[in-house]
Amino acid sequence: MSGRSLRSRSYLWPIFIGMWITARHLFFNLFHMRCLPTIQYPEQRRNYSPRFRGLHILTVKQNGDIRCTACMLCATACPAACIHITADEHPDPNVEKYPREFNIDMLRCVFCGMCEEACPVDAIRMGPGYELAGFDRNDFIYTKDDLVKNGNNTLSHVTHH
Amino acid sequence: MMPEVEINNQLMRLNLGPSHPATHGTLRIFVKLDGEFVEEMKLEIGYLHRCFEKMSETHTWTQVIPFTDRLNYCSALMNNVGYVMAVEKLLGVTITKRCERIRVLLCELSRIVDHLVCIGTNAVDVGALSCFWYFFRERENIYDLFEAACGARLTTSYTRIGGLMSDLPDGWIDWCKKIVKQLPRTLDDVDGLLTHNRIWIERTKGVVKISKERAIDYGFTGPCLRACGVDYDIRKVHPYYDYDKFDFKVPIESEGDTYARYLVRMAEMRESLKIIDQALEDIPDGEVNISDWSIVLPPKEAVYNSIEGLMAHFKLIMQGIKTPVGEVYSYTEAANGELGFFVSSNGEGRPYRVRVRPPCFAIYQAFPEMCHRQTVSDVVAGLGSLNIVAGELDR
Repeated sequence: MSGRSLRSRSYLWPIFIGMWITARHLFFNLFHMRCLPTIQYPEQRRNYSPRFRGLHILTVKQNGDIRCTACMLCATACPAACIHITADEHPDPNVEKYPREFNIDMLRCVFCGMCEEACPVDAIRMGPGYELAGFDRNDFIYTKDDLVKNGNNTLSHVTHH
Repeated sequence: MMPEVEINNQLMRLNLGPSHPATHGTLRIFVKLDGEFVEEMKLEIGYLHRCFEKMSETHTWTQVIPFTDRLNYCSALMNNVGYVMAVEKLLGVTITKRCERIRVLLCELSRIVDHLVCIGTNAVDVGALSCFWYFFRERENIYDLFEAACGARLTTSYTRIGGLMSDLPDGWIDWCKKIVKQLPRTLDDVDGLLTHNRIWIERTKGVVKISKERAIDYGFTGPCLRACGVDYDIRKVHPYYDYDKFDFKVPIESEGDTYARYLVRMAEMRESLKIIDQALEDIPDGEVNISDWSIVLPPKEAVYNSIEGLMAHFKLIMQGIKTPVGEVYSYTEAANGELGFFVSSNGEGRPYRVRVRPPCFAIYQAFPEMCHRQTVSDVVAGLGSLNIVAGELDR
């Protein structure tokens, strides 16, 4: 340590500087509690941007039917292969095809947003929901109804065509 | 008369990891200890192996982008950029100036985040907790920026071949300017806490050292190489994305120890801030994506309203981007060093082979040599400063 300056050779001065810096932070935070970066999570929630890629939403038409035409593009584009669609003839002759089953395995999903990008009819979107918990693996397989329900709670946040 | 005590002078074998808080991921370090000193060390990697390279062969070029997020998860955007740069080189396309500038901006922000995490956790490993808090507060702010642009904080997947997922949202630039302005103050704080602090200096100086020659032999790149006194930065030596037009310096130290790596990383963050300031000054207007619908997805208006757009959309997603037959190696300066992607195509919509050259891999193999006759606590301090990210090491 001989080549170093007295400033770095003594313990006291850097300790004083360190104490000064930490004390400054301490007192600033004490008097500006609103600026604290910590969030008291269940009560306080983080505001995510409109682009946030959370739990998927299946959008619906004005009559309440889902927009999805079962074209399988989202299932093809999905890098995690988590979307499982069973297509069927729609009872209404004016509608060609619809998904009888539309399941997303949320445990496989990587939330990359490629399904949203691939959809040619704006039927699937990444919503703002992010709380994903369950007691059973089956709880994480979101069916068509679950995905529509995801949208019911949150579609007010996204512009709807 | 005292009973004779037999002193056991055999070497003690000890496992550090695979799940040890100081290994920052799943690394297994097997050491033979002579008292407190490391006599011999063996590394075992592969605990976080996720078959990235093999999996890429069964997915289209675009579908590989989310996998690259998981390589170096501290700076996911740089992996995104590195990968798409390789594919763009294979395709021979030139991206727009606006896209280039946004990529530079996000890459430099990622570099800062990576260094913040590295120094913060390294300081925690040797017992300095407040630096970690001050740094993670800034990291949080930068992640908010990423989330506004990409929709995810950590696993960004922002880049697309030929452009970006989407343009920056409104007001992002001003927000970024505001956040970047706060950063030097935090760097000054941590500078004040660590740089001249004798406890930190004695804890890191001369610890886990490597000479310039050995570092070059092992294939070191990035801050760890520059800490040994080699002036090598891909942004300067082989500039991409107009890096040669930015005014920034490459920080060099000569010691090659943990303290030198800390100094290089601190200085690099300030240089990155300079680049960000310059990049924010004039972001070119215009499109972020190229207009070739066989590479980039058509805009949604075209998909909804025209048959050509819809057809191009279906064709691109179902068949992937048709790349010419050939092989390409493309490299970028990631936060840890040279991040290279070798991609090989046999003309189909998916890669024939993707190979990653992670910077950690070359650095980590020198670790046993660097730790010889060091104490166990120095191993922990050195490991943090090398910034070994298991996701990138094991792929």
